[in-house]
Amino acid sequence: MGLDIRLPIGLMFSLLGSVLAAFGLWSDRTIYARSLGYNVNLWWGLVLLAFGLVFIYFGRRGTRALRSAAHSAAMTSPASVEERTPVPHGQ
Amino acid sequence: MNSIELAGVDYAILGIYFAFVVGIGVALKRYMRSSTDFFLSGRTIPAWVAGLAFLSANLGAQEVIGMAASGAKYGIATSHFYWIGAVPAMAFVGVFMMPFYYGSRARSVPEYLRLRFDEKTRGFNAVSFAAMTVFSSGISMYAMGLLLGALLGWDFDFSVLVSAGIVLAYIYLGGLTSAIYNEVLQFFLIVGGFIPLVWLGLKDVGGWSGLTTRLAETARQAGFQPGAWTDSWAHMGSASANPMGIEWFGLAMGLGFVLSFGYWTTDFLVVQRAMAANSMSAARRTPLIAAFPKMLFPFLVIVPGMIAIALTTHAGQSGFTLPAKPDGSTNYDMTIPLMLGHYFPPGLLGLGLTALMASFMSGMAGNVTAFNTVWTYDIYQAYINRSASDAHYLRMGRFATVFGIGLSLLTAYATTQFNNIMDMLQLVFAFVNAPLFATFLLGMFWKRASAHGAFAGLLGGTAAAALHHGLTMPAAAAVGFKGGWLGTVVHGYPSEMAQNFWTAIFAWTTCFMVTILVSLVTAPRPDRELRGLVYSLTERPRDTGLAWYRKPSALALTVLALALLLNVVFF
Repeated sequence: MGLDIRLPIGLMFSLLGSVLAAFGLWSDRTIYARSLGYNVNLWWGLVLLAFGLVFIYFGRRGTRALRSAAHSAAMTSPASVEERTPVPHGQ
Repeated sequence: MNSIELAGVDYAILGIYFAFVVGIGVALKRYMRSSTDFFLSGRTIPAWVAGLAFLSANLGAQEVIGMAASGAKYGIATSHFYWIGAVPAMAFVGVFMMPFYYGSRARSVPEYLRLRFDEKTRGFNAVSFAAMTVFSSGISMYAMGLLLGALLGWDFDFSVLVSAGIVLAYIYLGGLTSAIYNEVLQFFLIVGGFIPLVWLGLKDVGGWSGLTTRLAETARQAGFQPGAWTDSWAHMGSASANPMGIEWFGLAMGLGFVLSFGYWTTDFLVVQRAMAANSMSAARRTPLIAAFPKMLFPFLVIVPGMIAIALTTHAGQSGFTLPAKPDGSTNYDMTIPLMLGHYFPPGLLGLGLTALMASFMSGMAGNVTAFNTVWTYDIYQAYINRSASDAHYLRMGRFATVFGIGLSLLTAYATTQFNNIMDMLQLVFAFVNAPLFATFLLGMFWKRASAHGAFAGLLGGTAAAALHHGLTMPAAAAVGFKGGWLGTVVHGYPSEMAQNFWTAIFAWTTCFMVTILVSLVTAPRPDRELRGLVYSLTERPRDTGLAWYRKPSALALTVLALALLLNVVFF
């Protein structure tokens, strides 16, 4: 599969985090009475953004690795079937 | 009940999530070339991805909403579903059972039953399992539609059709891979949506010690010892000392052994995720990796329930109460939605609701992918059209996705009409599933277990479950779906949960005994047909050459030690 799942997850969380944090910056302070006075949109948005960026970094690295693995597999013999087939006794 | 107003930012967050889940399906479409790609992800999924999907497929809305409801109703004792229920079972399936599931190259759990026993056991399991997946996703769709209606004032048809449509789109396009990838995304979203809720809730009640003090009052009002809501084992000495109404033996045997092992080791919904892993060692690590976050989920889903009931007990200070149902009892199912509305401002509220939608979709996708695989391989290919081309089965898989979701929708709408039918169906499936673990245990570890033995055991176990249920009653229930329908009641249980656990114990024991007895008088299969399927005739997977943290046995011991520690800390 040529897609490392960390990439879309990272993108989505960066986007969600940015939206939340931006909303937190511009929103009216009175809505935070519910959340005990904390501007949870801003802080949690930044946490999600940081998480998203870390995942984008690893996702990009992973996608490059997948691509080059697919490339080298195409160049050489079929990939090894590492421990996929069980070896029964006495054969 | 007042409905919560959503702001534009909340809809934006929900919209971003919808776009990403469908986008993943679109991106994966071009990799779906064969039926193996579609149903088994081509066996290419890395262990950590399969592990989080293994966890997430089980994490439906009913799990999130139900566990929070139980947290409010029974307190920290609900964690038994995790710390003596799921976690040991997950360790067991990873270390001992996965070598047969993955090693036999069976494409589904029913197919393993055919390889190990014979066609009739497989047919029985395939049909009951396929029906169960359709009904459970229908019932959870119904629950979700009602919930969104009560909470946001959304139209039932709108909520149900939109969420079903999105799940349909991404599975139709990207098959199991799409479901698995989205389950991983949904897992992080559920965690990201609920952490702030737990943090704010605990902050509000004064941390764990503040929560303990408040719940002591809750327990006192209900007539229990002060720690009944905050100690997991201390009040399990007798069924009347804890709100669950169960004593330690019924709990450990019924929940810990039969029900949890039965679910986590034989339910294709979760096992399918491990079967999609890219190697034997990845398949074995799948449930073990899942066990780590699983252990921490009580803090995410049970603690909000405990906070909610503590706030309700002190409603004067907190201004928060759980609503009552029409019959006057507390409506615990509204715990999570109301807690989100109580603590989350616009913005974060959108994230919390998206997390709830994500849990609903991951649970539904789990059912749908399990259904389309079992339908195509174990019903369609086995009994309807044996020798079609692979492209034909791939098309059938896509088609099964559509009609599986269609049937779930029908079930959801049928439930709005006839609520009792669902109670009855859930009951019947509980009877079918409880004994299955005995069949697998004997099948995998006793080579003498014969095909006729397994089938007779399954039927006997199912009958025993029905008999036990028909002759017993939980306290304060009417004769009918709650039990006692055989005319006489020979035993009364303090709670429905206690009755469930004991039904499972009876079903398991009967299946175990009947399978052994019938196997001893019928012919076993010759050893050469059982290689790779039974413990004594299969070479142990070699763990040498793996780093210690990748060895299934080392991971399993770590998982069990941590679960033990959690039990001790919250004793």
